[in-house]
Amino acid sequence: MKRRLRLLLPILLLGLAVILSSCGANVAKQDALQNAKADKTIVWGVKADTRLFGLMDIKTGKIKGFEIDLADALTKQILGKDATATMVQVTSDTRVPLLKAGNIDAVIATMTITPDRKKVLDFTNSYFNAGQSLLVKKGSAIKSVKDLKQGTKVIGVQGSNSVDNIKKVAPDATVLQLSDYAQAFTALKSGQGDALTTDNGILYGMSQQDPNYVVVGGSFTQEPYGIAVNKGQTNFVKALNKALAELRANGDYKKLVDKWFGDIPGFDAKEVS
Amino acid sequence: MITIITEHWGELLSGLGYTLGSSVIALIGSLVIGTVFALMEISTYKWVRGIGRTYVEIIRNIPLLVITMGFYVIVPTFFVKIDGFTAGTIGLMIYTSAFIAETIRAGIEAVSTGQMEGARSVGLTYSQAMIHIILPQAVKMVIPPLGNQFINLVKNSSVLAFVAGFDLMYQGKIIASTTFNTFDTYLAVGVFYLIITMPLSYLMRYLEKKWVTA
Amino acid sequence: MQEFLNAYSWVNLRFLLDGLWVTIEVSVVSIIFSFIIGTLLGLGRYVQVKYFSAIVGFIIDIIRNLPLLLILFFTYFSLPSIGIRLSVVPASIVAMTIFESAMLAEIVRSGISAVATGQMEAARSNGLTYLQAMRYIVMPQAFRKMIPPIVSQFISLVKDTSLATIILLPDLTEHAQIIYGQNVNYVIPMFVALAAIYFVVNFVLSQASRWLEKRLSRSKIN
Repeated sequence: MKRRLRLLLPILLLGLAVILSSCGANVAKQDALQNAKADKTIVWGVKADTRLFGLMDIKTGKIKGFEIDLADALTKQILGKDATATMVQVTSDTRVPLLKAGNIDAVIATMTITPDRKKVLDFTNSYFNAGQSLLVKKGSAIKSVKDLKQGTKVIGVQGSNSVDNIKKVAPDATVLQLSDYAQAFTALKSGQGDALTTDNGILYGMSQQDPNYVVVGGSFTQEPYGIAVNKGQTNFVKALNKALAELRANGDYKKLVDKWFGDIPGFDAKEVS
Repeated sequence: MITIITEHWGELLSGLGYTLGSSVIALIGSLVIGTVFALMEISTYKWVRGIGRTYVEIIRNIPLLVITMGFYVIVPTFFVKIDGFTAGTIGLMIYTSAFIAETIRAGIEAVSTGQMEGARSVGLTYSQAMIHIILPQAVKMVIPPLGNQFINLVKNSSVLAFVAGFDLMYQGKIIASTTFNTFDTYLAVGVFYLIITMPLSYLMRYLEKKWVTA
Repeated sequence: MQEFLNAYSWVNLRFLLDGLWVTIEVSVVSIIFSFIIGTLLGLGRYVQVKYFSAIVGFIIDIIRNLPLLLILFFTYFSLPSIGIRLSVVPASIVAMTIFESAMLAEIVRSGISAVATGQMEAARSNGLTYLQAMRYIVMPQAFRKMIPPIVSQFISLVKDTSLATIILLPDLTEHAQIIYGQNVNYVIPMFVALAAIYFVVNFVLSQASRWLEKRLSRSKIN
């Protein structure tokens, strides 16, 4: 009888392992465009903590912003009016692993096109030209990146290239990396750092939320945002670029820029598009 | 995994240092706080017992992350400036102290029945009996569970990653997001944690066996 | 004060409750799975099948000695590379189940060991088979002994679901973070709410276990 128990247990556990391991196949290598056309859906990785680009609306539980609208428009442009765009929440930290894992088809999440990222991902043409800047409390002694001396603490977000940039232009400052922009802004407001650095578009959103914080010093880098897909998804990139060009030509793109950035002081719609 | 370890040796090692530092400080702090509350819980005064019980019950039932994040964002806004490492370590200390209080209380209670009366009848005062008779025996009984609490502390100190506390997990997250090599990075981070926790957990199991049978 | 009360607007509370629902969903499903798997693993380790028990034991030890955060990262970001792709809720459930099963396995193993020696021999010498002795003599006693540690493990599980915010599980903690991320005045009210809600859920759990424990020990006397 003891022997029976001895036999039973390994079989049960083995069975469990088999069930677990059989619930997926590798789709990261398949043609994403073909898959999207088949089920009339594109799964987008989007921000939910970034005002103007992608922010969770607490009332409705839905994410809203420029990138959400653009993702929706691109989906319909490529797959037709009855297609659906599914939004999956990502952060700067989780967007690349999730894309590589195949949980999402494309990332439209304030992601700058950089040479490092191009090694592992493919990008579309830029859909937004941001530039990195600084957000500080009104009246702060910090007026530009030159003031980030030894002993100043700069807050950034894990996985964003603004962290790498700031280390280059202000090597003496301490950089604190938090997991997303909501946490980063909360940390700045609780005095954990002297300045918060990332792209101006995101910073303007924060400043709009709390006018006690202002963007200073202008942009010190060029940050063209692109839509990222897995390496080798050439057809998908082509389709996205074509759809983007069509939206620019028919005026829909400009409508979206005006809708989200039209009223933001200090923001030039021509410069970003 | 090997390339991650060799290329990011410095970051991983410094992360390990912060992880161990935070765990050790939190262990010492929570031992002190935990002992105080354990003694309160077995006090002869009802209201002191009440305070001890309330503290332990409240802290035990709230997630560590909530306590840590609370310290990180609330304390600097209204009280003093503390950085992520300090906030995280204090959070760990408070959280662990509740569990240590329970462990020590159980240890004291296991020893004290009869022993206390015996000691008192020989003419020792309450505190003398506590210090010379009860606590030394209780200590031996609680060392294995305390060792296990330390292992928990090392694991739990990974919440420092949420508050930019420079620990092993924080470094791992940053390495993963710059190299894009998630799998190997977290494998390497796992190995670093296991180097500390595995030997400790085997040691505690050995001590448990040895002292329980002794 | 007004700001403090504003934080508890109906809209915010409903958003928090949405998060609480996810916390409870993930907790309950993980508790059920990890109870079953943990018991099997604990038995597997106790029964001493050559090699098998040693391997199971070693894997359990590795999982028990890793931070849950790391296991969360692994299930969400690394399992896809061997073909297992999960969205955030199932990924959290799988990670919690892996971690808590290992913890429970250890509780079950030591619970059985504490009862088994002597009792088993007595039962066997009275003519019961191994399985009968296990089922009717050892397990009921061991189970009664295991209730307090198992329940405190479940309370840990409920608390630990908050760590899944790192992979953006939309649970209670994450929803509170979203609310105070959008309005700095809500930081303190949200932490008060978080502490209160987790406390109530876990306190009810621990009181329920105390009641269960009392009932079982009474039935033993009768």
